[in-house]
Amino acid sequence: MTDRNAIDAHGLHKRFGDLQVLKSVDLSVRSGEVVVIMGPSGSGKTTLLRCLNLLERPDAGTVTVRGRTVDCSARGSGRGRARLIRDIRIRTAMVFQQYNLFPHMTVLQNVVEGPLSVRRLPRPYAVEVGERLLERVGLADKRDEYPSRLSGGQKQRVAIARALAMDPEVVLLDEPTSSLDPELRGEVLQVLRDLAARGTTMVIVTHEIAFAREVADRVLFMDSGYILEEQPPRTFFTDPASTRVRSFLRLMTGVESQPELGAAG
Amino acid sequence: MDFLALPLPALLQGLAVTFFLGLASFVLGSGLGAVVALARISAVLPLRLAAVAYVSVFRGTPLLIQIMLVYFGLPQLGVRIPPIPSAILTFTLYSGAYLSENFRGGILAVDKGQWEAANSMGLTYRRMLGRIIFPQAIRTALPAIGNRFIALMKDTSLASAITVVELTRVAESAGSSSFRYVEAFVAAAAGYWLINTALSLGQAALERRMGRAYA
Ligand SMILES: Nc1ncnc2c1ncn2[C@@H]1O[C@H](COP(=O)(O)OP(=O)(O)OP(=O)(O)O)[C@@H](O)[C@H]1O
Ligand SMILES: [Mg+2]
Repeated sequence: MTDRNAIDAHGLHKRFGDLQVLKSVDLSVRSGEVVVIMGPSGSGKTTLLRCLNLLERPDAGTVTVRGRTVDCSARGSGRGRARLIRDIRIRTAMVFQQYNLFPHMTVLQNVVEGPLSVRRLPRPYAVEVGERLLERVGLADKRDEYPSRLSGGQKQRVAIARALAMDPEVVLLDEPTSSLDPELRGEVLQVLRDLAARGTTMVIVTHEIAFAREVADRVLFMDSGYILEEQPPRTFFTDPASTRVRSFLRLMTGVESQPELGAAG
Repeated sequence: MDFLALPLPALLQGLAVTFFLGLASFVLGSGLGAVVALARISAVLPLRLAAVAYVSVFRGTPLLIQIMLVYFGLPQLGVRIPPIPSAILTFTLYSGAYLSENFRGGILAVDKGQWEAANSMGLTYRRMLGRIIFPQAIRTALPAIGNRFIALMKDTSLASAITVVELTRVAESAGSSSFRYVEAFVAAAAGYWLINTALSLGQAALERRMGRAYA
């Protein structure tokens, strides 16, 4: 991959009322890199992803994508700024924990909505792109189904195809497997592994330790609004610097092995 | 041909005028209602306030007074509008107020995640509404909107108060010239019932179709 950064965020601050949720977060992701974010509930992982996409407006900080920068502390509004924000949203695709597929559209319509409405591709080309992406996530045969007919794992795979259809610089995934039954998680994780192997730039919030160990180039640990630690996966999972991460991992692996214990006993 | 005390051609013409009044006001009122619903959920405070004020006035006052104000009152201010346009204008404003609430309810019922998904992919506000939000809002609001249409059809009988020769007016004049009020009003009532039964059937078919698309 190149050394070019897919996205740069500097000094992101975000507060909800009295609660300071992000306290000066810096994050740069190289093109082709897979960054995994972990951390306890409420530490600001979701808020960080939403700020990168500007779905949530940071109180201060800058977000740069493809050489275009939004300075969030500049309070201005107006058309130029709205345009800039939209450009950054177009280039940073979100995948939500709850899928958020459009229920009134078929699978293929969901995937081609962005290419048609936002990227303005000609319809035959958009459909070609859509079909190729559905094939990549293993759902070519579901193209004319409505989302309500799909399993959770299939829905999330459609959501991933929909995100890729925007041809984004970076895909932001917020706990993509957390709503899924354990037996459906594998199919989604497999799709993400394939994407990682193809060099898709991703920022993934997840609690899937084995998966993170395998695909992450870097693991970030968030704690109450800060990035507390940042390591290659091997170091992060075997020899983290902070005791905070250590105890978090102990808790996580404890929770993870419980079902196995249950099954054994 | 003096069937039920009403000459058939007059009856049919009254029926046609009633249907036209109801349909035209419903179509215009839906457009107005959609715009007002958007104003109601807009980020611009004056727009929201204007929408609230409009809905409050037109829902909170009798339709008969509204229609008489338009037809008899406005000429006093130098604005003279013929009976049928007066009726359509009033019914549009009146139904627009109710329909805006139905639309708003439908829009608010759309899952927040839908706005987020649409926003995150950079859809413009207009496209987000047109492609993602409205199609879902309409499905939720359809039963209420259908009921509004049916109520509006019956409300058009108030146009008789401003000399519009619609179904009620036809019955009234036939009754007063023949003194066969029972037959005249029963025939008119049957006319409304026919229109509204057809509308109900159409509504049910539409709801079935839209429900199917989701499943
Ligand atoms: N829109 C909001 N309004 C008010 N508070 C919010 C809002 N969104 C998030 N918060 C608060 O900000 C904090 C961080 O939330 P966030 O969702 O980013 O955490 P998270 O790390 O993703 O947690 P989880 O692992 O539970 O998903 C939480 O305390 C949350 O209650
Ligand atoms: Mg979260």
